[in-house]
Amino acid sequence: MSAALPERADVHWRPLADERSVVRDGWLWTATTAAHTLPFIGAAGALMALEPLAFPVAAMSVAHAWVIPELYARRGANVVKPAPGDGGAEAEPERVALGLLGDLLGHDARELLARTGLALEPGSLGVWLLGQAGALLVRPGGRRVHCYCVRVPEPGLPAGDRVAHLLLALRADEHGFATVANRAFAGATWRVRRRLGPRQRPALAVAVAASRAR
Amino acid sequence: MSRLIRMDETGHTTLAEWRAEDPAAVEVAVAAFRRELDQGHFAVVSTGPGAAEQVTELPLDADLVILRRPIAGG
Repeated sequence: MSAALPERADVHWRPLADERSVVRDGWLWTATTAAHTLPFIGAAGALMALEPLAFPVAAMSVAHAWVIPELYARRGANVVKPAPGDGGAEAEPERVALGLLGDLLGHDARELLARTGLALEPGSLGVWLLGQAGALLVRPGGRRVHCYCVRVPEPGLPAGDRVAHLLLALRADEHGFATVANRAFAGATWRVRRRLGPRQRPALAVAVAASRAR
Repeated sequence: MSRLIRMDETGHTTLAEWRAEDPAAVEVAVAAFRRELDQGHFAVVSTGPGAAEQVTELPLDADLVILRRPIAGG
């Protein structure tokens, strides 16, 4: 049995994440999003019932209801967005870091990392995709994704080392990792997919396929 | 040959190499290990595919011990 992630002490007030809490938090997120959007849909319906000529205002209200979850999903997808000014694999420290990270991953995950910049790691809560400053957790079945902000607050590290930090912490204590990380979004996979960069989308597709195969 | 490495701005730096049967090298490695932990690093060893363990004592039989910085929610 691996020791608990020491970083959990920094968020000692949070209960340890587990299967039940991830499911609950996902539904809470959905309920909160619904609470934000349904009033706009209701208002649009009421406007149309009272005055059909108010159609433009009702349409704007519906659009508002559509935009809110899209903005949340965008925030979620951004957790695995490459950092601006990322030095790229041509810099020597980055090559060294990617070499170590590659050694930690299996062949398929290493190939996926080279293509997409994201490291795939199966866990007990689902299939994880790790970026430099965040992680996506594709839940079993592949229909829902949880997006987490989690990073190494250390300037100057190569991108590969940032991913390796997250990978090692995740492997040491997956539930602790999910506890330390801050949730940025939880919801439908298709919403997150639309907001990912074209380079990263294949990684999500692979993670969804892996989560369905489990 | 076992290695103690630290992930840093150079990619990673090898801090010590040792063989369990070489007490002098082990002593140097243990000292380097303790120094890095005192400076806030955490040590991790891979324990199999997809598995790792946080350690607070240098495992002399491990092939590779990796030192990492703490992570935090963003």
